[in-house]
Amino acid sequence: MLNQANLFFIFLSAFLINNILLIRFLGLCSFIGISTDVKSSIGMGIAVVFVTVMACSLSWAVYNFLLVPFHLEYLRTTTFILTIASFVQFEEMIIRKKLPALYRAFGIYLPLITTNCVILASAFLGIDYKLSFIQNLIFSFGISFGYCFGIIIFATIREEIEIAPIPESFKGVPIAFILAALMSLAFLGFKGLFKL
Amino acid sequence: MELENFWRKLKMENKRLIDFKVFLNGIWRENPILFIMLGLCPTLAVSGSVRDALGMGIAVIFVLTGSNFVVSLIRKIVPNHVRIPVFIVVIATFVTITDYILAAYSPQIHKNLGVYLPLIVVNCIILGRAEGFASKNNVFNSILDGLGMGIGFTLIIFIISSVREILGNGTFMGRNIFGSNFEPFLIMIMPPGAFFVIGFLIALKQKIEKGSKKC
Repeated sequence: MLNQANLFFIFLSAFLINNILLIRFLGLCSFIGISTDVKSSIGMGIAVVFVTVMACSLSWAVYNFLLVPFHLEYLRTTTFILTIASFVQFEEMIIRKKLPALYRAFGIYLPLITTNCVILASAFLGIDYKLSFIQNLIFSFGISFGYCFGIIIFATIREEIEIAPIPESFKGVPIAFILAALMSLAFLGFKGLFKL
Repeated sequence: MELENFWRKLKMENKRLIDFKVFLNGIWRENPILFIMLGLCPTLAVSGSVRDALGMGIAVIFVLTGSNFVVSLIRKIVPNHVRIPVFIVVIATFVTITDYILAAYSPQIHKNLGVYLPLIVVNCIILGRAEGFASKNNVFNSILDGLGMGIGFTLIIFIISSVREILGNGTFMGRNIFGSNFEPFLIMIMPPGAFFVIGFLIALKQKIEKGSKKC
């Protein structure tokens, strides 16, 4: 099980072997929508890393210190989504007041993140694998770093493909999916790296 | 008396109480996956076998219809600036109900869907329809819209999972269809297969659209 593995393995597993975008298929809406240029992909990627790590630690604490002692595990879906949504709002306010430069860099991506399934998924997966707090921290960092990595590579390839001669009906989104398929094929190669 | 006023108001707004066009919209003209590109994550993730895909489709139909119904009932009493959190709580409630019903009645499908089942709550189709349709329309039309969108979603996920299961495993709904000499395309059942199939499906849709424009 993942909760007995060492931290480095947890990171690699979340980052490469079970890459959230290409192997687990989460966060695809923003993956396809935003990755048309590199600059906004980098912004989105970093914002996701930032929010995921913090929001996952928070929801881990809420689950283990609030829901488990009162036997309210069935409320976890509602609780997590509310925790994440209110946390993103809160963080947006703090960043706008204290770090205006960072706020300008994140721009519209911060509020958009609330509906990004990467965050909720890594909160759920951390609970499902019964990880400890430190493991959960590393796990959520691995997942969000995998997202960041994937979306930046994808955006660079997609900028190149704009000028390539491709069939008329494949222009736009379809070719992006074929591209994602090829990248996913490459990521499947990491499967032999470790035995779970 | 009140009912009469209601009918008159409806006539003045020139809206039909039950409009079947709304239902058909979801299936083709505004199909959530092909045309608006929403709700891609569960579509790709659970389309490895037809049975799981149908389970997912039914769960989405239930959540979409239920949340559209409740949202359109409460649309007039919810203050405008807290509407999104309220909608999310409504959706999360329906997702929790679905999660526990599936766990009780078909534990195998519940196990296969895994984390993707609670993640219906962030499926953009559902919040999109609650915000874009149910918060502006009456109860009957909202239910129809939920059903239409849900069936449109299920249709696409059914097509994708059929292609993947038949090519990748040589089976359909668990039944062998090619006999023992068939060498399955393993790639189709693995993650890249899902991206290939949806890429070709959207390309086909663009081809059909271009073809009909020429005529």
